[in-house]
Amino acid sequence: MAVTADHAIPNRSPLIAFLSRWLLTTNHKEIGTLYLCLSFTLFFIAGAMAMVIRLELFQPGIQFAEPLFYNQMVTMHGLLMVFGVVMPGFVGLANWLIPMMIGAPDMALPRLNNFSFWILPFAFTLLISSLFMEGGAPNFGWTFYAPLSTTYGPPSTDFFIIGVHLMGISSVLGAINIIVTIFNLRVEGMTLMKMPLFVWTWLITAFLLVMVMPVLAGAVTMMLTDRHFDTSFFSAVGGGDPVLFQHVFWFFGHPEVYILILPGFGIASQIIPTFARKRLFGYHSMVYATISIAVLSFVVWGHHMFTTGMPLAAELFVMYATMMIAVPTGVKVFNWVATMWRGSMTFETPMLFAIGFVILFTIGGFSGLMLALVPVDFQYHDTFFVVAHFHYVLYPGAIFGIMSAVYYWLPKWTGNMYDERLGKLHFWTAIIAVNMTFFPMHFLGLAGMPRRIVDYSLQFADFNMVTSIGAGMLGLTQLLFLYIVVKCIRGGEKATSRVWDSAEGLEWTIPSPAPLHTFSTPPQFPIPEKVYQHD
Amino acid sequence: MTSIINRRCRGLIVSILLAFSNTAFAAVMDLRPGVTDISRRILELHHLSLAICVAMGILVFGTMFYSMYAHRRSKHPKPADFHESLLVEIIWTAVPILILIGLAIPATSALREIEDNSNPDLSILITGSQWKWHYQYLEADFGYYSNMSTPAEQINNLETKGRNYILEVDNALVLPTNKKVRFLTTSDDVIHAWWVPDFAVKQDAIPGYINEAWARIEVPGLFRGQCAELCGKDHAYMPIEVEVLPEEEFDQWILDQLLAIELASGQAVADRAKTWTMAELMDIGQTVFIDNCATCHEADGSGQGSTYPALAGGEIPTGPMPTHIERVMSGAVDTEMQAWAPQLSDLELASVITYERNAFGNDLGDIVQPLTIFESR
Repeated sequence: MAVTADHAIPNRSPLIAFLSRWLLTTNHKEIGTLYLCLSFTLFFIAGAMAMVIRLELFQPGIQFAEPLFYNQMVTMHGLLMVFGVVMPGFVGLANWLIPMMIGAPDMALPRLNNFSFWILPFAFTLLISSLFMEGGAPNFGWTFYAPLSTTYGPPSTDFFIIGVHLMGISSVLGAINIIVTIFNLRVEGMTLMKMPLFVWTWLITAFLLVMVMPVLAGAVTMMLTDRHFDTSFFSAVGGGDPVLFQHVFWFFGHPEVYILILPGFGIASQIIPTFARKRLFGYHSMVYATISIAVLSFVVWGHHMFTTGMPLAAELFVMYATMMIAVPTGVKVFNWVATMWRGSMTFETPMLFAIGFVILFTIGGFSGLMLALVPVDFQYHDTFFVVAHFHYVLYPGAIFGIMSAVYYWLPKWTGNMYDERLGKLHFWTAIIAVNMTFFPMHFLGLAGMPRRIVDYSLQFADFNMVTSIGAGMLGLTQLLFLYIVVKCIRGGEKATSRVWDSAEGLEWTIPSPAPLHTFSTPPQFPIPEKVYQHD
Repeated sequence: MTSIINRRCRGLIVSILLAFSNTAFAAVMDLRPGVTDISRRILELHHLSLAICVAMGILVFGTMFYSMYAHRRSKHPKPADFHESLLVEIIWTAVPILILIGLAIPATSALREIEDNSNPDLSILITGSQWKWHYQYLEADFGYYSNMSTPAEQINNLETKGRNYILEVDNALVLPTNKKVRFLTTSDDVIHAWWVPDFAVKQDAIPGYINEAWARIEVPGLFRGQCAELCGKDHAYMPIEVEVLPEEEFDQWILDQLLAIELASGQAVADRAKTWTMAELMDIGQTVFIDNCATCHEADGSGQGSTYPALAGGEIPTGPMPTHIERVMSGAVDTEMQAWAPQLSDLELASVITYERNAFGNDLGDIVQPLTIFESR
């Protein structure tokens, strides 16, 4: 046996070759794939936690999760979805797409790119491992308000702090890389105001990241010293201030909310024109609207804190500033509708998800406007109305945005078309389930159900049951998504280089699947129409 | 068999239909009008903003759906090629601004009134702690704790859940009608939030802070609310119950309370004078333990991991008695083990400590008398 197998032994075992390819890669496409795989994996882990939450809330009383474990699920679900799913998902898309969209051979800082990805698996391993520690995982909500997280936090809080630090480093490095790439590697002729909107929204997002992730790092560092080095930043007993924590956290947290949605705006702005077969309406106003949203996001953090006893003047200022955000957001929605108007539309899966994104995100925007009104916020605050609001902007918002992007560019990445019939089935089941899950939460909140409770009084039972059934369906539909993506990677109808008949942009001028190295020589820009005719 | 299922299904369908046709249904899917002037103004503001959002939604989504229908490729094969218009951009920037101003005006005036905490008739200091409320009547100078009264058996699905499941307490806050009542909120440990939807009052209780809110309640009755800020394990089990009495009844209630406090202090003297037997203390101790300690340390003393240590064979309950008394009375710094000296009477403390030293197989045979506790205070 040993003799016959001799010739088959390669220089390097396939395992080592596989590991060194993915561990050491500096290629933006491979790193993009790594980010997307990480995001997808954590999507199912954090989703499973949501299933535990909904299972417990299926009926009043304690059935499946003890209160302490329930709080851990709520915390980890939030942390993983925000930091582990949506952010790496968008960074993965940025890695894949930005160099291809601006005609660059790779990201500007490829080794840094490798480093910023490979920090993440360690960060999330630290975070998730806390579930198995004595005293359990962090149980104070993803907003980790002091002193519940400092004085009263479980021992594993320190692992959470280090995990957040690592994610922060990764995000800042990734954001710097994106900024440097966009500013330096654009093909000749592509001025800033000619960049695709996905690139624009990511440029703005990257600036937000560079500005606020260090603030989050500051918050967790102060927590760490409060916990172990006898400082009293957030402890009233030592002369500190628990509300200071909320100011620092939300100064990070509110721009973070836009970090989680702006790239989604960019994606919708790429996809809707393609399937409406009409140029994006109001390109310039789209760019300016995105910039104004980003600027305003730095002065509205107080709207998370209306019940902390803010003075009247501060409440009024924050209320007006928050209401102002509705204006540029409205402009974006109107522009998308105007892009569709008198177009020639078809409704392939990416378009369906993009339209779902626009409509349901707008519903989340409406409830956001209602929440901005301080007097009424006293009734909405910390109820399921808020849970409904932010799930509407994050699930059918950010997550649908990522899904529509995946369907749109998957043929470019794999060279194969996905199964259109299954894609449509995925969309329709997801949109029904997402509304069944999150719409009744508005009613629960208005009727008075506080958020983050393990058990509720009997009048909330009916809607909670509907919500839980919807959540179960929603979880199952995402298994279908996994199947569609795997099936597409393994084969399918071959994709053309342009994929969609009226897609515009440099990424559609290169073959499908995109070769590992593209644009070693700069392409022509503006793109001559004949370039698309290659195949 | 099928007829049973049929009957059940029919019952379910009927109850769903009833739920939707019932006018009471509005109460489980919309804000409550409440019982104060402010709460009704807030409801109006809520309906105004909701109406504006629905109108905008119909306009935007209506246009979108029409376009998806009329401008699909099979019907409209040749797309138009317009892609900008300064005029419409200005219009759909300016019009929303005007709508927002229209919304901001009533919101501002309501907020100014809400934030006017001056000239209260009565002030209540509300202190949150894990997981109960303490109400102090500042003018009459007395106070008491308010604990959830729903038994653990209902929570653990061993008994049928009552009508006011997890919204009921042992001692409700009692308030008068038609007086400007000022709520001052603070906390002994983590951040809580005192929320009664019918008063439209939600105010964070923050350690080191005293926040203000107020309500002028127009009708007598029972009103319920819950803690609204995640405050640890039993956040869901921190209800608020407010009993609103007509003014004269409220004044009488205050007098009754002051009398009861005097009687209780006489009783406490008698309790101290008496030497209690093991059986008596164990009996009282068990009740006190179930009501106050079992939520963390469990009814059988087995605890919950390292956060809530086991008392069965535990270091403190089987260690020296003075340490045990000290721990129960003063709590443990920086943990959820709170100081019980201000919350329980000498007799209650003596009996619960006796109980802990003799229950769960600890069997030390120690007896703690109320006098010992009195001397340790």
